[in-house]
Amino acid sequence: MGLELYLDLLSASCRAVYIFARKNSIPFDFQFVDLLKGHHHSKEYIAINPLKKLPSLKDGKFVLSESVAILFYLCRKYSTPSHWYPPDLHTRARVDEFMAWQHTAIQLPMTKILWIKMLIPMITGEEVPAEKTEQMLAEVKNSMQLFEEKFLQDKMFITGDHISLADLVALVEMMQPMGSQYNVFLCSSKIAEWRMRVELAIGSGLFWEAHDRLMKLAEWDCSTLEPMVKEKICELLQKFK
Amino acid sequence: MGLELYLDLLSQPCRAVYIFAKKNGIPFKLCTTEVLKGQLQTKEFSKINMLRKIPVLKDGDFILTESSAILIYLSSKYQTADHWYPSDLQARARVHEYLGWHADCIRGTFGVPLWTQVIAPLTGTHVPEEKVERNKTAMDRALQQLEDKFLGDKAFLIGQQMSLADLMAFEELMQPVAVGYDLFEGRPKLAAWCERVEAFLGSDLFQETHGPILNILEQAVNKKFPKPSPEVYPLILLRISRIP
Repeated sequence: MGLELYLDLLSASCRAVYIFARKNSIPFDFQFVDLLKGHHHSKEYIAINPLKKLPSLKDGKFVLSESVAILFYLCRKYSTPSHWYPPDLHTRARVDEFMAWQHTAIQLPMTKILWIKMLIPMITGEEVPAEKTEQMLAEVKNSMQLFEEKFLQDKMFITGDHISLADLVALVEMMQPMGSQYNVFLCSSKIAEWRMRVELAIGSGLFWEAHDRLMKLAEWDCSTLEPMVKEKICELLQKFK
Repeated sequence: MGLELYLDLLSQPCRAVYIFAKKNGIPFKLCTTEVLKGQLQTKEFSKINMLRKIPVLKDGDFILTESSAILIYLSSKYQTADHWYPSDLQARARVHEYLGWHADCIRGTFGVPLWTQVIAPLTGTHVPEEKVERNKTAMDRALQQLEDKFLGDKAFLIGQQMSLADLMAFEELMQPVAVGYDLFEGRPKLAAWCERVEAFLGSDLFQETHGPILNILEQAVNKKFPKPSPEVYPLILLRISRIP
């Protein structure tokens, strides 16, 4: 039994892993774990990953969670081209630095936008208070600014002339609000150009295939939502009030 | 000009970096940068780190932020013992797996008690009880996962020896401990792990590193801890408002 990747491409972290594996022709079994149906809480999946999170990697008996850990593992095990995670001490440190920073600075606010602008109103029928929405959008704008000033600067990609894991992770996360038709790339031409470069380096076909489920999220019939998942989302709404 | 580390020992990730450098005999200049005195807000510091955060490493012209990145950089550059950041594929993956989960579930959560018990009162702010309760629940859940999923029956988080993961985790847990929380009640495995980490550090290094944070509660209660500088107040209020 070969490599298995447990994924739902609605999740940015899953898209990073999926795109990387496909781009590098790493053979794997795509194990779909439907977040919208709450399958990450199923007995079967909890047996794979008791933390109930996606993505997960299963390589024989070795099970690994956390997308950054999975990406580094795949890089090394499948000897992917070195530009993805450059061996040079300083360059590698920049990738590590970005991967650490992005958890709270990029991933969290980008995910929150999707929840606030679409998923919460869609599922609970209630809007999140405008003040909280404004706060969130301001935070995202600030993060994009910091991304441009500190990580991208005047370079083609985060580490310089070539795409790395940092660009891949950054982009898939910044795409998350697109699920609610909110485009963060409009804020800066430098970032918009970088976005295009990363898409082209990945290959537009693969890029948009990976984002298809996200882009179709608005069409989702949420009446099929698992009651337990719906309950958790209503709890989430309380935090935003 | 050698290695410079910009640190405030009240900060969990700063302590992790400090301990790692000291324990491995890495020569560095300690550039103490005190958050509550507004030293992150100065023009000079923004030239070091425009994100206005610590820890920061400066190695000649090379500037690096984010404690996990700094720890990995130091371990590579100074070729520290393998157990810190194992070269084995799976063991190293486990370190990164822990660091990823830590960023989401530990960081930000375990720092809250210091804010609610010490820093908020110093600025005359009060954190609503429901936020304090939510934080306790979040810490509880994280501790359970730390014990069940990451530690299990092992001596340390990654295996039988100390690693970067243990250092990062330990320093975060020290924060609520310093303000009087008992995190280990009913958690004998975690308590034993904590003792192992302390023993590994050695009492001198432990005292030296944890002096400021362990004294802060007593100082605050006896009104001996200086009030934060005025320029830091808005940032403190912002941070407190972000407590979920």
